[in-house]
Amino acid sequence: MQKLLASVFTWPADEPALIGGECTDCDAVTFPSQTRCPRCGTTTMAELLLPRQGTLVSWTTQGFPPMVPFAGDPTGEHFEEFAVGLVQLGNVVRVEGRLTEKDPTKLIFDMPIELAIVPFFTDDAGDEVLTFAFRPNAESSQNGSPT
Amino acid sequence: MSTDIAIIGIGLHPFGRFGDKSAFDMGADAVELALHDAGVDWSDVQLAYGGSWEAAQTDPLSGLLGLTGLPFINVFNACATAASAIQQTANALRAGSGNLAVAVGMDKHPRGSFKVDPTLVNMPTWYAENGQYVTTKFFGMKINRYMHDHGVSIGTLAKVAAKNYRNGALNAKAFRRKPVSEEDILSAPVLNYPLTSYMFCAPDEGAAAVVMCRAEDAHRYSDRPIYLRATEICTRNYGAYEVNTSWAAIEEDDSPTVYASAAAYEQAGVGPDDVDVIQLQDTDAGAEVIHMAENGFCAHGEQEKLVADGATEIGGPLPINTDGGLIANGEPIGASGLRQVHELVLQLRGEAGERQVEGSPRIGYAQVYGAPGTAAVTILST
Repeated sequence: MQKLLASVFTWPADEPALIGGECTDCDAVTFPSQTRCPRCGTTTMAELLLPRQGTLVSWTTQGFPPMVPFAGDPTGEHFEEFAVGLVQLGNVVRVEGRLTEKDPTKLIFDMPIELAIVPFFTDDAGDEVLTFAFRPNAESSQNGSPT
Repeated sequence: MSTDIAIIGIGLHPFGRFGDKSAFDMGADAVELALHDAGVDWSDVQLAYGGSWEAAQTDPLSGLLGLTGLPFINVFNACATAASAIQQTANALRAGSGNLAVAVGMDKHPRGSFKVDPTLVNMPTWYAENGQYVTTKFFGMKINRYMHDHGVSIGTLAKVAAKNYRNGALNAKAFRRKPVSEEDILSAPVLNYPLTSYMFCAPDEGAAAVVMCRAEDAHRYSDRPIYLRATEICTRNYGAYEVNTSWAAIEEDDSPTVYASAAAYEQAGVGPDDVDVIQLQDTDAGAEVIHMAENGFCAHGEQEKLVADGATEIGGPLPINTDGGLIANGEPIGASGLRQVHELVLQLRGEAGERQVEGSPRIGYAQVYGAPGTAAVTILST
């Protein structure tokens, strides 16, 4: 059985998307959604599905295990380095998340990326837990070389 | 709020690892040193502000120094805790809440990175489960893009870290007291690309304190008071990408450091060119590089040449982190900003010994920055 790390993306779906929030007063967008607008403070946030495509604003690697409650290494014995990026989704919002690529030589500033729903870990019940991540998008990069 | 405030006593418990010694015992030692430096007794102190991450309250220090019944108020503002304690103490003195006050910070962190429940800073639990609730990765991302945009090399980050270890070697109260070569810094394990383990500060233990009064009273206590010319704290604006966030707006705004710095220069009536000795938040070597520009000491990208030319060394025109900064001292969060002020007061008094900046420095500048995007700038002068 599959589970979601959190209900912050649509799944199952052919074209999954992150579930953000948009202020219906001032158009500020957040991820995930929140009760109040971070710009104008009103309670006028509505759910918004975020664009699936974007560009890589910045990134780094995570070379040591994050503190509990990090879920990627429940036994504390099998930590695998991963990468984290800040991506700009369309012209809507920037979102921080894991990257599917961790090799610094393959991560290029402003390269096209696409949302991916990926297996993260297997929980105590033996269920596969899925998380969201961003994948360098080879198809898009053929159309416009990254700068 | 124009009344000038003076620092008339400083005390620093060494930073590092001290076995079973409690944060309270370190804090009491720091206060005692500061009281001695000011030539006053604890019973003379009329109000106190204290800050700590690990201690639930700092008031129990009274049980070690004397239960005098004074108002002892806890301040917590993450990495800006100590700077906030100084600001609150100054404002209380201006308001006439007392005539003689202590600001103290202390901490005793467990080894390794800080462990916190993300819901305590209003972030969802999944943010930590997903491996994103890691302060250091924010610094990795920020300097990575900054280097790309402004032509700063990894070699410059190694030079900055090596400089701070060298300065720490001159500081008997520093945590790291051995010089580390640029080669060793570059070849150390990468924690958050491009930052290696030797480019980061570590959470550790320590305490620092100051005794303050209104400037008009300063000469009753000290023949060399140092004056607090500005103390400004800013949180993040909409559009800033800062620590502990899962998103950022498309339209970018400056870091809170930029705002705190501009406000502090205005309050002090000085500019970056007037500053003689500088303390910047070097959570990592990249942060020191970025903060040089965010605090107005150079344009973005000029750091590459300035660092190569040795401008930020003790003997250079922009002496930065003369006591080794966070990289050599570590970061007991509650005490860190007071450690910066302690070093500036020593420098402005001409008492910094082997690491004394020449030419009788008159104006000192200290900046802290931390989660979730809070900056504080303090400006001192003779």
